[in-house]
Amino acid sequence: MSPARSALIWGLFAAAVAVPVAAAAVSPLLAWRQPVYIAAGFAGVIAMALLLTQPLLAGGYLPGLPAQRGRRVHRWTGGALIAAIAVHVAGLWITSPPDMVDALLFASPTPFSAWGVAAMWTALGAALLAAFRARFRRKLRIWRRGHTALVSMTVIGSVAHAMMIEGTMETVSKTVLCACTLAATGKAVVDLRAWAIRPRRGS
Amino acid sequence: MPAIPFTRRSFLAAGSFAVAMGGPGLLVPARAQGLAPTPSMRGGANNYRPGAPIVDRIGGGGFWMTGTVRRAGDGAPLAGQRIQIWAHTTEGHERDQRSHGATLTDQNGEFRLEMPQIVPAFGQPHGHLAYDSGDFETVFLRPVMRNAKDTSLSAHFVLQPA
Repeated sequence: MSPARSALIWGLFAAAVAVPVAAAAVSPLLAWRQPVYIAAGFAGVIAMALLLTQPLLAGGYLPGLPAQRGRRVHRWTGGALIAAIAVHVAGLWITSPPDMVDALLFASPTPFSAWGVAAMWTALGAALLAAFRARFRRKLRIWRRGHTALVSMTVIGSVAHAMMIEGTMETVSKTVLCACTLAATGKAVVDLRAWAIRPRRGS
Repeated sequence: MPAIPFTRRSFLAAGSFAVAMGGPGLLVPARAQGLAPTPSMRGGANNYRPGAPIVDRIGGGGFWMTGTVRRAGDGAPLAGQRIQIWAHTTEGHERDQRSHGATLTDQNGEFRLEMPQIVPAFGQPHGHLAYDSGDFETVFLRPVMRNAKDTSLSAHFVLQPA
């Protein structure tokens, strides 16, 4: 790949991630929020940015990080994603416990809460599968299908969650980030033929 | 040959007159008697603080929370009813004591309380209202603003005697 093309891809990726984060950082809503609430909201924005990174790493679409090398980064990014979700949920719990209890019990008046909570559980499931991948050595096809199904649900749930929220994220940059995440996830699932029977790696 | 008393025209005229007069006459009392009590909304009671004081205004004002309180069944306006109001505003979080206040309905069952501008919190610009004085069943409402820039919001109570 030419250096120019490589720089272009990295530049687009950086913009897709950095613009929504920067826009959220200057949201007028922050003036009326306590530090814990601001941190919780930001953790959600960062989680959305990490969510775009994951399929790009899994598919090896970022120059210099082909699928094999990218997979190690993919694992760390996945850990960071779970940490961001944990900070998001914990921060919102501290900010308003009854609203968070409603959300976690799927009894919230806001429909985006159910999408977010569902995506949290599927993300946790995908991360747990990743943590115990070694146990699936002889059943990698099952592992791959499970991980793909869970992350697909996570992406759809997270995008629905983010798009319905009237919060600190700016609408256009949020929409672009979500569209990129959906497209990258779809491409990675198709390119990796996640559902297919593949010869075992190395054989 | 005797004239037929009802022509098609007179039949239609008499028929539509009967529907016009009798239809609403039958429907209106039925609707009023059936005025259903307002159910509490999901999440309406979140961050509720019982016993918010009756105030002229919450904080610096600039935003109006308005509404009506009526009796279930006949829809009669209820005067002197205490409505508690709280929200995430430019001056404080829902949980903060200073974000809470109460007001009484007037002779027409209407209430109107000035409060700071409501800002989006937990994903929606919304307010909270409560009736919990005991004469009627407790009701918690959580209306959502159509636009975060709106400077007023209204909520309507139809209360069921306790």
